Amino acid sequence: MDDAPLLEIKDLHVHFHVYGGILRVLDGVSFVVHRGEKVGLVGETGCGKTTTMKATLRVLPMPPARIPGGQILFQGQDLLKMRDDRLRRVRGRGISMIFQDPTAALNPVFTIGQQIRAVVRHSTEKRLSRSQIHDRMIQPIREVALPDPERMLGSYPIQLSGGMRQRVCIAMALVADPKLLIADEPGTSLDVTIQDQILRLLGRLVEEKDLSVILITHTLGIVRQLTDRVYVMYAGTMVEVAGTEELFRNPLHPYTHGLMEAVPRLTGGGVSDGIPGRIPNYLHPPPGCRFHPRCPHVMDVCRQEKPGFYRVSGDHEVACFLYRDKERSA
Amino acid sequence: MGEVIPARHSHPTISLEQVKLMERQTRRENLGRAWYKFSRNSLSLVGAAMVLLVLLLAIFAPLVAPYPEHVKPFTDFANAKLPPSWAHPFGTDEIGRDILSRSIFGFRYALWMGVVVLSLVVPPGVLLGLVAGYFQGTRIDTIIMRITDIFLAVPPLILALAIASILKPNLSNAMMAVSLMWWPWYTRLVYGLASTLRNEYFVVSAEVSGASTAHILFREILPNVISPIFTKISLDMGWVIIIGSTLSFVGLGVQPPEPGLGTMVASGAKYLPDQWWIAVFPALAIVLIVLGFNLLGDGLRDMLGAEEI
Repeated sequence: MDDAPLLEIKDLHVHFHVYGGILRVLDGVSFVVHRGEKVGLVGETGCGKTTTMKATLRVLPMPPARIPGGQILFQGQDLLKMRDDRLRRVRGRGISMIFQDPTAALNPVFTIGQQIRAVVRHSTEKRLSRSQIHDRMIQPIREVALPDPERMLGSYPIQLSGGMRQRVCIAMALVADPKLLIADEPGTSLDVTIQDQILRLLGRLVEEKDLSVILITHTLGIVRQLTDRVYVMYAGTMVEVAGTEELFRNPLHPYTHGLMEAVPRLTGGGVSDGIPGRIPNYLHPPPGCRFHPRCPHVMDVCRQEKPGFYRVSGDHEVACFLYRDKERSA
Repeated sequence: MGEVIPARHSHPTISLEQVKLMERQTRRENLGRAWYKFSRNSLSLVGAAMVLLVLLLAIFAPLVAPYPEHVKPFTDFANAKLPPSWAHPFGTDEIGRDILSRSIFGFRYALWMGVVVLSLVVPPGVLLGLVAGYFQGTRIDTIIMRITDIFLAVPPLILALAIASILKPNLSNAMMAVSLMWWPWYTRLVYGLASTLRNEYFVVSAEVSGASTAHILFREILPNVISPIFTKISLDMGWVIIIGSTLSFVGLGVQPPEPGLGTMVASGAKYLPDQWWIAVFPALAIVLIVLGFNLLGDGLRDMLGAEEI
């Protein structure tokens, strides 16, 4: 594995300027993806997972969003400073993205074939003939195992099932042979059986093509199956990062604990009460650690200072003052 | 939960011909469905028939009109102010011209006005709305939409009067004045739709796949607003023709002796109520054309599902 990270987000801040003031939605998020690595990004709804990824591809609506600070380095180049024409070449060809709701991600007025052809056209500066475009579509369509592809390509999105639509979206994301695939809750809007199929498909594709992946989800089971490393996000901040197995074996941050306990178990215990309280208001986020109002182990320092990352073992870091003294001087 | 999808290589190739065939079939089905929705409403069929009738009359006016020479400078005081008869179904006017022939030629001016104004107005209006909607919240949006607001604040008839008093009162100046006031309605319509669509995931998805701004404006957003645009065009044809006739009526549009429908109503108004046919038949011609386009527009709205208009 190459040492230079494929994607490195450094101290990213995103603010939304709205009536009432400034929403400090991302407050110093840092994030690394290495080549060939499968990274999970978990956290409850509204914690800034999707915002981080939209900022990475610069598709946040600006205004109201603003990025007052931070760097997003993709293959060493800062996407936030990149000129539009170069950025367009990174989109699709360097990084591509699959969204939660495949129905919304397809244009209702064009056939599936027309939409995939458009993506093929964006993937190159060359002008391609209709048959050249068709040739480039075959591989990704075959990879997502679209049944009866001729008929599917001639259909409108509304004529397809949710699972088929998501397959189409995945095929579209693969057309330009990206290095990094961002999958934003790729099965959430589908029923569980289909969700399982889609995730298996993604897992297989990722293995075969040696893609780097960022998997955004709030389903921990999926993370455990598909990723090498996991970031846990809370209210616009990263709270913990560790190798997947390490995180599940030894969760450190009180929020991560809460997340794990919130998963219903088949063997005894049933459903837990979850974490009391709600995600804070971004207009007036709590000072210090953003989790402190909900934290069972809150200390005085948590109310005043923002915790830095403490490295407790090899690749396990946690942003919590409880581990201040346990940091390994590695 | 096993893999219920077929094995990966069960489709060694995907036939381009087969895809083309399927797409053609879907398009044909769409056309069939559209016609079904349109024709289910008998009033929209009536509207379409009226518009078609007016179009054919206007195109073949020299062949259809019984006295085409009455459109040019012509007087025949012996046959002036004749009531409707077999020779002159709509009667004759104050200088002996056949009103039916002049009304048929009058359709040409009315349609010409509508077509010219709307083809001047729709492309820039739609383009500005798309751009402002896509760049919603930015300075581009503010500039375009505030200029639009200023134009919307001026009453079109007053502006037309002003332009006519500065320039010569004739049809092309009238069309210019109306065009100047009409584009903002398209900008507003498209802006409202485009600013919602620009946050749809299919637009974000296209951005993420590396699409250009032009592609997003014209190939992602525009196709989704084309239905309301077409519906509005059809309804506006009626409106523009009414405004054009009004301008002709007050002497700022089609100039005599040319047979503008509004001009004819104006000159016939003096002879009401005794020689009613001089004003009433051109006025009914206006009703026919405007009602036709309005009914057609309603039918298009039903067919295209454009409830926004």
